Amino acid sequence: MTDIAITLTVNGVVRQVEVPGRRLLSDCLRHDLGLTGTHVGCEHGVCGCCTVLLDGEPVRSCLTFAVTVDGHDITTVEGLAAPDGAMSPVQRAFTECHGLQCGFCTPGFLCTVTALLRDNPSPTGEEVLEGISGNLCRCTGYQNIVKSVHRAAEIMAEES
Amino acid sequence: MTTKLFGEPVRRREDPRLLTGQGRFLDDLGAHALEAAFVRSPHAHARIRDVDVSAALDVDGLVAIYTWEDLPDLLAQPLPLLIPHPALTHGRTAHPLARDLVRHVGEPVVMVVARDRYLAEDACALIRVDYEVLKPVVGVEEAVQSARLVHEDVPGNVGAHLVQEVPSAAGLGARETIEAAPHTLSFRLDIERSASMPLEGRGVYARWDADDESLRVYSSTQTSTSVRMAVAARLGLPLPKVEVIAPDVGGGFGVKIVHPWPEELLVPWAAIALGREVKWTEDRREHFVSSAHERAQVHTVRVGFDDDGRVLGLDVTILHDHGAYTPYGIIVPIITSTQLPGPYRLGAYRVEFSSIYTNTVQVTPYRGAGRPQAVFCMERTMDRIAAYLGADRTAVRAVNFIQPDEFPYDQGLIFQDGRPLIYDSGDYPESLRMLKELIGWDSFPALKAQAAAEGRSIGIGIGCYVEGTGVGPYEGGHVQVTSDGRVHVSTGLTSQGQGHETVFAQIAATELGVPLERVSVVTGDTRRFGYAVGTFASRAAVMSGNAIALACRKVREKALRIAADALEADPGDLEIVGGEVRVVGSPGASIPLATVAVLSNPLRYAFDAEAARATQFAGASSFERPPVAEGEEPGLEGRDYYSPLRSTFASGMHAAIVETDPLTAEIRILRYAVVHDCGHLINPMIVEGQIHGGVAQGVGGALYERMVYDGHGQLLNASFMDFLMPYATEVPFIETAHLETPSPLNPLGIKGAGEAGVIPVSAVIASAVEDAEGIGIDRMPISPSELFDLRRSAG
Repeated sequence: MTDIAITLTVNGVVRQVEVPGRRLLSDCLRHDLGLTGTHVGCEHGVCGCCTVLLDGEPVRSCLTFAVTVDGHDITTVEGLAAPDGAMSPVQRAFTECHGLQCGFCTPGFLCTVTALLRDNPSPTGEEVLEGISGNLCRCTGYQNIVKSVHRAAEIMAEES
Repeated sequence: MTTKLFGEPVRRREDPRLLTGQGRFLDDLGAHALEAAFVRSPHAHARIRDVDVSAALDVDGLVAIYTWEDLPDLLAQPLPLLIPHPALTHGRTAHPLARDLVRHVGEPVVMVVARDRYLAEDACALIRVDYEVLKPVVGVEEAVQSARLVHEDVPGNVGAHLVQEVPSAAGLGARETIEAAPHTLSFRLDIERSASMPLEGRGVYARWDADDESLRVYSSTQTSTSVRMAVAARLGLPLPKVEVIAPDVGGGFGVKIVHPWPEELLVPWAAIALGREVKWTEDRREHFVSSAHERAQVHTVRVGFDDDGRVLGLDVTILHDHGAYTPYGIIVPIITSTQLPGPYRLGAYRVEFSSIYTNTVQVTPYRGAGRPQAVFCMERTMDRIAAYLGADRTAVRAVNFIQPDEFPYDQGLIFQDGRPLIYDSGDYPESLRMLKELIGWDSFPALKAQAAAEGRSIGIGIGCYVEGTGVGPYEGGHVQVTSDGRVHVSTGLTSQGQGHETVFAQIAATELGVPLERVSVVTGDTRRFGYAVGTFASRAAVMSGNAIALACRKVREKALRIAADALEADPGDLEIVGGEVRVVGSPGASIPLATVAVLSNPLRYAFDAEAARATQFAGASSFERPPVAEGEEPGLEGRDYYSPLRSTFASGMHAAIVETDPLTAEIRILRYAVVHDCGHLINPMIVEGQIHGGVAQGVGGALYERMVYDGHGQLLNASFMDFLMPYATEVPFIETAHLETPSPLNPLGIKGAGEAGVIPVSAVIASAVEDAEGIGIDRMPISPSELFDLRRSAG
């Protein structure tokens, strides 16, 4: 199978990689680029663990072929913190509110919530539920994740 | 002790790495390892005639293909039967790769190793297995008719049969007592199959060091020490040459306590055979068809009671579907049968179960492990008694409660650990009082009438449970204070997201009087602690928590002894605060714990400034005794084990208010309340998180999750598209209240909390839907279409 050279900007860094046409973006990020923060839970687009931001919008990296995003901008969980390593408001809110347990689904939630709050900085309870309703979590029961989203909105408002 | 961290909602120390993508889950490791994939049976029951691998040999990147015939003798044997209970007369386990027969869809037949997973799957697709398809046995009721057998040498498909009976105070059996009771009721209750479904599936990664002849295995497991022993035994390796590490584990919920999985033996064996690193990461479909399920049971209940609703006799017969194999024994039906009495004093109790083979995925514990079924039985029984007598459902429960002054209370049964089932402590009347207040039980009729006036149908339900937690046999803890003042804690059991790094650090910091930041915790790494059982049965905090506390107390005792020498004080006058040993009431006289650690270890070499203070010329030492006194060991460290006499018994009560849609029969949970008693709380934030997660899984079990098998033994919903688990939109806000009745059995007074949340949910939702609809609910989970059908047949 002939590999195809692609260029991705991942977390602000230009990365060049050669992948077969069938290589999933999730595998490309995890195994070719070493960014293992993006997780694969179902490989059929339901659980949301593999969610990354593609040009700022949340997508399922397990349903995306790497070659189809050649030239695009990708943010993974590794790119959410500030360049100095300081955690983003969303990340801080999750630890404040105990919004994670095993942490496997967490990167997908963080990417989803980061985009959600960028588009809607003060979501209602219903909007938060709707916003995270594409991500499965098997540990926390969601209550503290919902709380984390509201808290993140608060932190962002305080710091803006 | 002023460093009070025990009982505080301390933020988790696990979080920063998990929030920044720095976690190390199984598939995050072994970047350059070869990858394995498996050809799995597409048939539920079939004889393997031939395996033709010729077409696969041309796949670029293929490294090896293995069938059963390629396995060495030890590995070719059936997998171990881990818990050989005497009642399991016909225990059967699978071979790591199928030998002649496959007994469920998904059973591994061929292992392929290739340069990466894509190529391994390419090769799998080209391997032709010739099967003689046999008719399968699907469903426990078909199995007991025994027209066909899952294992030719297991008559009637019955793997195990067990009866336990506790007579009445008058010495009468349950059946006699029921016949003589003023009132009797009989009914059948069903629960369907579900599964743990951690979002990270299973996975194994192995590295063989040929020079050293040692093996390192990483596995996404709930029991690294046991995987280590199994790997050493089945690969014929000396135990000290095998290390097993559970890295960050993405949820377990029971399924990852099973060991060794075929892959946990095959992947390390291939790594040795090939002299290369090998890894296997389970995909989701594999998890559905080749790991384990739970819950499916049929229960026939007969109960006798008096005019007050007091249960005089209870007789329950259980058919347990354990699938094709019994690697984990019959723990699930044992737990159902022994935990069924819950918080109640039953006059006489007889329980009988048969554990039955079917051509489906094997059954092993899933969070709650047999208890959701038990509680569904007992609580449905309480509701039916109340309905029969026209009594309030909570009043019928209250009249049957074991009272606070009756502990320890012996239920007269033998529990899953082979020990008497004796409740250690509890306060069930208080728990009920708190729950009724929290949910507003007494004012609900008015609410219901008001809703009815608006054309809405709402109902309230309740469920009570007692959970045996902290099951033995033991766990251990090792604590070491190094010369920089840091405290290193290790325990052999694992963590799958329960926050062990945090709660164990809280315990150590409290016991040793050091700041939390100075404590680090390692779990599930056999290099650090080789003796352990595992994380299951809500046992981690009770078992390792107490073991770590005991180890800390040893260290503390030694530290005070050494510091007393240095300070020329009596050890009894010393305390440790903020990492300093000081004389009580005399703040000037103190010595850092770090210095005590230096003093504990007489040295020859001054490798740093601290160490220079402990060399032979550093200070006065007695020439009358050796540098390390008899009976002493160098270093400020301690190891201890906690092995309980028997399990602790946590308890709780849940209530819910549901609304059912008059047209669509959709069931919506409006409110959900929990009163929970797990003894002393180490970290209330983490306990609440465990409750939330448990209730969410319970909501899944009550309303959505089921494994749908067709008559051919095909699992029709082996994907997240079709096996429904709740999202945020399906889980209600959970209101919680804590009651603390400390366990008298262990030094910290704690009971387990991990599984509790899930246990009563099906019973609670059934109770509430029944109240809303006025239709008996005897089968869970319940979907809108099932409720719709029930309405039609009732109407």
